[in-house]
Amino acid sequence: MNRIKPDAQLALRLYVQRLGDNALITGQRMIERVAGEPELEAELANANFALDYLGQARMYYSYAAELEGAGRNEDDFAYARNDREFQNFLLVEQPNGHFGDAVVRQVLFDSFYLLQLEALLECSDQRLAEIAARAAKEIRYHLQHVSKWLIRLGDGTSESNARVSESLARYWRFAGEFFAGDEVDDKFRAAFNGPDLSALAVTWQSNIDALLAVATLTVPADIEHPVSGGRAGLHSEHFGFLLAEMQHLTRSYPGATW
Amino acid sequence: MVGIDVSAETIYAWLAAVPDPEIPVLSITDLGIVREVIVNGGVTVALAPTYSGCPATEVIEQSVLDKLHSKGLKDVAIERRLSPPWTTDWITDGAREKLREYGIAPPARASGKRALLGGNRAIACPRCGSLESTLVSQFGSTACKAAYRCEDCLEPFEYFKCI
Repeated sequence: MNRIKPDAQLALRLYVQRLGDNALITGQRMIERVAGEPELEAELANANFALDYLGQARMYYSYAAELEGAGRNEDDFAYARNDREFQNFLLVEQPNGHFGDAVVRQVLFDSFYLLQLEALLECSDQRLAEIAARAAKEIRYHLQHVSKWLIRLGDGTSESNARVSESLARYWRFAGEFFAGDEVDDKFRAAFNGPDLSALAVTWQSNIDALLAVATLTVPADIEHPVSGGRAGLHSEHFGFLLAEMQHLTRSYPGATW
Repeated sequence: MVGIDVSAETIYAWLAAVPDPEIPVLSITDLGIVREVIVNGGVTVALAPTYSGCPATEVIEQSVLDKLHSKGLKDVAIERRLSPPWTTDWITDGAREKLREYGIAPPARASGKRALLGGNRAIACPRCGSLESTLVSQFGSTACKAAYRCEDCLEPFEYFKCI
């Protein structure tokens, strides 16, 4: 999609919009889990976290809309774009499986997202740095929660260990996409002192290695054919169903208010 | 339009009567949400959102507008001020006491990594003051509260989490 070289302003807008896409789709998958968690504390955590992601998506989309200056608003970004226009990581759109799947997916994504946000505190765009400071506080808390669960499940029974090992094997191939930057990442980094993805990759790997060791889980082997496509708007087949549900109301009743 | 002959201090005092929608015993100034009141021609109130997804954010903004409109101010704007990010450290001492009387244990001081990751610090029961309390659930009725139980008086209580 973005084969054209983005200028600094466009790179900033797309970078912010992608942060919004990741937050919104992560939140949407969590909302689908509401009332389906195995115990009350996890249930409340899930719903609270979903709200945080939704709130963060709103901040990113509102800012992206301002940067674009074309009269769109946050709702237009969430509800009036088609699948190819979303540029989230493929990991976050994968269908919900069991509780262990959710924990593993959240650990993988949040451990990257927190590093990304912490790097964005240093970016030269003040507004984005402010949003990142707000969001980092929340994601730090989320990561703490899901990491504890991963340890409990990995270091729990042989059954729970086997099941999260399976989840880890399934989702591992999606993680490489976090660090496979494109023109937008390059331009954003050059123009706004954006994150150095290769440095983040090293920190991420060592953080994950340490966590998996405590959780008595084996770090999966390197993936020969990692999955990617999110930054180009090339999604997995699950994404259309997610959008269909998420956008149903605004598509069926354009301009509906209540 | 003609300048407003109301001072920022007066407006701040009016806002001190606007309750938080989730914890009505506290006002929005108690919580440290009102960051600045700017009077020049119109009035701009800078508010700090607490959690990104807090459903109360918009209710609070509307309550501020309603309160100032009811005082006869017409030209009122709300600014969402993200920086510095809101922290429970901004909750005033008086408000901490009000929270305790209301049955919610106030947040520990010094938010941030240490408080967040510091493990199980003793939370005093807001009813009997005992430090023998147990975390029941890290997540409670709202994003900002955790559920505890006092092992002495056996009452459940909520703890305002530290962020």
